[in-house]
Amino acid sequence: MQRRLALVIPVWAALAGAAQASEGAVPIGDPERGENVFEQCASCHEVGPGARHKNGPLLNGVFGRKVAQFEDFKYSNSIVRARKDGMVWDLEHLDAYLENPKALVSGTRMAFRGLKEPQDRRDVLAYLRRFSDNPQDIPEAEPTVRKVEVALPPETLAIVGDRDYGEYLSSECTTCHQTDGDYDGIPSVIGWPNEDFVIAMHAYKRKIRPHPVMQMMAGRLSDEEIAALAAYFGALE
Amino acid sequence: MAVDRRKFLGTGAAAAAALQAPAVLGAGKPRVVVVGGGAGGATAARYIAKDSKGAIDVTLVEPTRTYYTCFFSNLYIGGFQDLAGIAHSYGTLASQYGVNVVHDWAVGIDRDARTVSLAGGGMLPYDRLILSPGIDFVDGAVEGWDITSQNKMPHAYKAGSQSELLKAQIEAMPEGGTFAMVAPPNPYRCPPGPYERVSMVAHVLKQRNPTAKIIVADPKPKFSKMALFQEGWGSHYDGMIDWIGEEFGGGNVSVDPDAMTVTIDGEVTKVDACNVIPAMKAGRICEMAGITEGNWAPVSGHTMQSRLDENIHVLGDACAQGDMPKSGFSANSQAKVAAMAVRGALTDSKVFPAKFSNTCWSLIGTNDGVKVGATYQATDEKIAKVDGFISQTGEDAELRQATYEESIGWYAGITSDMFG
Repeated sequence: MQRRLALVIPVWAALAGAAQASEGAVPIGDPERGENVFEQCASCHEVGPGARHKNGPLLNGVFGRKVAQFEDFKYSNSIVRARKDGMVWDLEHLDAYLENPKALVSGTRMAFRGLKEPQDRRDVLAYLRRFSDNPQDIPEAEPTVRKVEVALPPETLAIVGDRDYGEYLSSECTTCHQTDGDYDGIPSVIGWPNEDFVIAMHAYKRKIRPHPVMQMMAGRLSDEEIAALAAYFGALE
Repeated sequence: MAVDRRKFLGTGAAAAAALQAPAVLGAGKPRVVVVGGGAGGATAARYIAKDSKGAIDVTLVEPTRTYYTCFFSNLYIGGFQDLAGIAHSYGTLASQYGVNVVHDWAVGIDRDARTVSLAGGGMLPYDRLILSPGIDFVDGAVEGWDITSQNKMPHAYKAGSQSELLKAQIEAMPEGGTFAMVAPPNPYRCPPGPYERVSMVAHVLKQRNPTAKIIVADPKPKFSKMALFQEGWGSHYDGMIDWIGEEFGGGNVSVDPDAMTVTIDGEVTKVDACNVIPAMKAGRICEMAGITEGNWAPVSGHTMQSRLDENIHVLGDACAQGDMPKSGFSANSQAKVAAMAVRGALTDSKVFPAKFSNTCWSLIGTNDGVKVGATYQATDEKIAKVDGFISQTGEDAELRQATYEESIGWYAGITSDMFG
């Protein structure tokens, strides 16, 4: 219980327009309940003293660490790419990854559909946080702030993209991404399931996914434009 | 003639519209002529042909049968690319997209009759003309140098034989010799280009001729990605590169191609290879068409139409548009906006608001890539920057390598976007 009390974070960032920090603090979750949630993960991941890699890497010290850091674990190309782009397992990214692994890291080998309930994610992260050796008892340590989640409102996901508009917009993408799907150092964007595409683009737009070019390009796309691109590229083979 | 044409245009939009109407409404297909087959022109030709699905006749005028991209030609000089890797032909544009590819020089434009005359004697009528001729050099920009000196002191700012020549001269330098670059004043094609080139020359010399020296005479006080290049020059090529900026007389330069000397702020240096990159202006055809103001052709950012003739669109390095750098990526981006505007005008297809973007990757050393980029939008006044980013100094090696690999992906992407 001592630990649980320490797992608090300021929520000022979540309060629109709040100027002063430490307005209040909430625990990121309930680590005791999180231990139960972790059972879903435990077939592939170990955490705690003596943890080893299994199908997935061990999770000790994951908070605040750059992604894909173990030299003795074989990672997917996608997550290695995210590492090169500078992605760090902070609370935000862990939360986004647990919600939908493939939305954050398209080609991840983590065959897990994700934890849809925000409370489940908070709790399991509070549990994992216990095994990260960053100083736990000061607010500056990971996690510090909790930003808006990548979860999209259903109405955003329900937008039906205008494929013609998407075709025009796509010309901005095809300077780098080849429409025949070839991969020469820049990933293919064709034939993605609509929802995956939309979520990935919103994750760039909100700067949850790393990569400055994509953050910039997605940053000025409206919800309708993202839907239009998803419709256009999704139909290409 | 240019003055007369301008006067004619001044007689009012009604007259211009009346002239334009028959071509749009008449029996024949509307005709678009594109002059220049680089990142602007090839992209515009391909997109108009592809998206109009045969409703518009597209003719592309480009003198060379094999096009060497200026982007990545520095990597050729540095030994990271072979020449064949930056060579492209127009076969796919002709066979897959139905573009009428004419290998000839455009030597005149009659804006009243709306025709382009070719060096070979032909005449091409147009409803819309797209000029994407790239750059030419300002006469007398570097004292002692003119185009007849380009074999002794190559510019290598149009890729191909000039790149081969410069590479050969660098490789033939005597042990401990001196390479000089005369860098251009703003604005010019590819802002980081001269400094990527310096990096590539240093990379070659470090391997073949490590006691050689590099001098850069620069009329500018600072340059694109300066902190990144200077950091990289220090870490990869310590002590080899002497950059002389405006403050130290870098703009006070003359050359003697016969004696192979460079004089910087009064000090004469004997050099073994010299790359002179003079001040630039729009490709000459723009001047001949009478659509330039100063060295460049001003355009509207909404459509890339010339401010002086609405039947002409100008793309890429040749145009004055506002905030975008003169780069292949920019030209490619502008070409898509122009292609959409041209189709909209000639076939009533849907027109969406103009959007532009640019990213420039540069290679400093092996697996040490950096980039700078921005997005832009059209305002009535110009193409205005919206948002941007730049690589940071001190980035780790893995990120730099990923950036370099990404640039290779971009090269594959943009060249297939240009040539099909």
